[in-house]
Amino acid sequence: MALRFEVVGRFKRARAAQLTLPHFECQTPLFMPVGTQGTIKGLTTNQLEDIGCQIILGNTYHLALRPTSELIDELGGLHKFMNWPRALLTDSGGFQMVSLLHLADITEKGVTFQSPVDGKPMLLTPEESIQIQNRIGADIIMALDDVVKTTITGPRIEEAMYRTLRWIDRCIAAHKRPHEQNLFGIVQGGLDPVLRDICVRGLVDRNLPGYAIGGLAGGEDKDSFWRVVAQCTAALPGDKPRYVMGVGYPLDIVVCSALGADMYDCVYPTRTARFGTALVPEGVLKLKHNAMAKDTRPIDPTCACMVCKNYTRAYIHSLVTKDAMGSQLLSYHNLYYMMQLSRNLHSSIVEGKFPEFVCNFLQKMFPKGDVPEWVCNAMEVAEIDISSCCAPFRKD
Amino acid sequence: MKFAVKAWSNGTARAGVLHLGSVAAAIDTPSLLLSTRKGLPLFIPPDLLSSLPFPDSRLLHVSPIHLFEGLSVKTISKIGGLHQLLGLHNYGFAAFPRDSIQCLPEATSTNKTGASFENPCGRLLIKPAEYMEMISSMKPELWATLADEVPAWVSDKRNRTSVDRTIKWLDECIALSPASGAVFGAIVGGPSLEERRRCAQEVATRSVSGYWIGGFGLAESMDERPALLNAVTEPLPEEKPRLICGLGLPEEILQGVAAGVDLFESTYIYHLTLEGFALTFPLDRTQINASNLAPSDVGSDPRKINLRATVFRKDATPIVEGCTCYTCRNHTRAYINHLLNVHEMLAQILLEIHNTHHFLGFFRLIREAIKADRFEEFCKDFVRSR
Repeated sequence: MALRFEVVGRFKRARAAQLTLPHFECQTPLFMPVGTQGTIKGLTTNQLEDIGCQIILGNTYHLALRPTSELIDELGGLHKFMNWPRALLTDSGGFQMVSLLHLADITEKGVTFQSPVDGKPMLLTPEESIQIQNRIGADIIMALDDVVKTTITGPRIEEAMYRTLRWIDRCIAAHKRPHEQNLFGIVQGGLDPVLRDICVRGLVDRNLPGYAIGGLAGGEDKDSFWRVVAQCTAALPGDKPRYVMGVGYPLDIVVCSALGADMYDCVYPTRTARFGTALVPEGVLKLKHNAMAKDTRPIDPTCACMVCKNYTRAYIHSLVTKDAMGSQLLSYHNLYYMMQLSRNLHSSIVEGKFPEFVCNFLQKMFPKGDVPEWVCNAMEVAEIDISSCCAPFRKD
Repeated sequence: MKFAVKAWSNGTARAGVLHLGSVAAAIDTPSLLLSTRKGLPLFIPPDLLSSLPFPDSRLLHVSPIHLFEGLSVKTISKIGGLHQLLGLHNYGFAAFPRDSIQCLPEATSTNKTGASFENPCGRLLIKPAEYMEMISSMKPELWATLADEVPAWVSDKRNRTSVDRTIKWLDECIALSPASGAVFGAIVGGPSLEERRRCAQEVATRSVSGYWIGGFGLAESMDERPALLNAVTEPLPEEKPRLICGLGLPEEILQGVAAGVDLFESTYIYHLTLEGFALTFPLDRTQINASNLAPSDVGSDPRKINLRATVFRKDATPIVEGCTCYTCRNHTRAYINHLLNVHEMLAQILLEIHNTHHFLGFFRLIREAIKADRFEEFCKDFVRSR
């Protein structure tokens, strides 16, 4: 174990914690931007520090291809290679393989696929994934799991869940740096509560430093999504971090935090920035719209970031999709927004103001009171009273 | 705006001092104008702009043509002009339409009503009145009058027309001149020494604060250029600054300095950055003298390195050892090589920072050489060190 996790504040299921990793002392709940190829698109490391990023995600699949994990190791690890002094997390590489490659297939040995470089058949085993991640050197590494989309039904889900448990033992055995890198297990099991429960118990038995809830954020309906998160957070140990992979939208992060999750990652904020969309308390702002050409307000008047302090919607509008600077400025703002959201979640829990924060958040996003039913249901389970932000239901 | 010449070398090269109200310190010339796209650099984010040398990096070129692609005169006026628009309050803006990268004069479409420019959004015809509306809303520290620039291969008649037209538009622009901002009279004349001289003499009689020299970098040869430059600068009063557009390479800059030009807009950094090059030529006088004694690799260029080359895959050193730019203080050649290979935008950001820093260092060397009255020697050493 190479981390310390100390809960410093609670509201019902929600918790604010201090997560101490080898490279950085983090505060949860937190959002991790995705720096796929050893960089967050268009932003420098000092900007990321200014914004308040604590942990950045690197994609093992991409880095193993270029510049290769051996090269990164030779140059002292990914922290040194990209000059990021804070924490890093790498995923196992499995997800990208399955989603990016034709003819990727999963067997008991591992993930078989065609090399994108020369078409040769290749195999990513749990052992190989851990070895690559050991070379990259991130503070948190992810076990190779057998991940299936939640939209799939049938015996495949059960098969994948059991295989994930068998693979975690192989990952643990292969892990050469347990005192510097934390191996997180990933809970699978689709939308089936029985399978999820088996998987949670199996992983908890292995006494890992932290646990992720995987297999979500892939197109399942929101009602199923929150129920899986709720079940897993209830079952996972309270003294270890819980990471919901691939989440996501600010609303989803608030709900999952209310249910007791601590860490999140998603490409959404930076990807949507490149399409000209800004994250704002009301939801999103599409800077490409013609109406923006005359709008001399900042993107978000309540935001303290460099972009909102200096630029108008009109100016950003003139840049987006045409000039690299447009992408950069929007990515900067969107990540700042997510970091501020993380800070607000942490501090509101610590200060005993979490329900107020949630209500405020929902009121801004749903000013007419039309909070989606799934959110209402989830908040009920989270024991947070949001009646003040919901319009009364029509009684038919 | 205030300008004064402080030192001379070789007769016409001069070192001067430029004061702009918006920049806290005086800017020494010869100096470089940083290229921008709609007012901000192509890649360097505004919060890293301030890490560049001060105050040499405080002069920015803004093309009105770019700006008005997505913004109206009314909106820019409402926001309050360039400083507010760009969030850059301690910078000096020089506005002129031509941007040697993406906004080039299109001489065949220019006619008596306006100047035509080829732009990524298409071809635009700008009339003097429209141009002056743009300038008034932008409120730059200095701006050039509208010019009819022609390439070196046009007929004599077309060239003469361009001079007549440019002078006519100069008068029209001055008449519509906004209260603030120093006006730089545009001088053209193509490949003809006579026309260049004629235009310069005419503009010298007008009440302007400086001179904008256009029509270069449009296919004239390296050999023809010095005479043409001198034909422009000779008739001009010494005490007013001269700004030139279209000279890119260091050797071309030196030609401009030799002829008595003070301010330069160059595309050099842009091309280097996009192609993955980083400047490495020595910025230390002793190194320049000694560099022709150092062994050179076959095929290598001591001026710059191409960071895409596989030789840099594991090179954990900075681009230039001892360089104090953000890129060299924080990153290695190996990392930039990786970024270039995976097509990540951060590569261009880091390269533009270093290249700008380094090129500004080149201008500093020029100024030092002039003040020490050894400019000619400096030019010889620099060219020889290739």
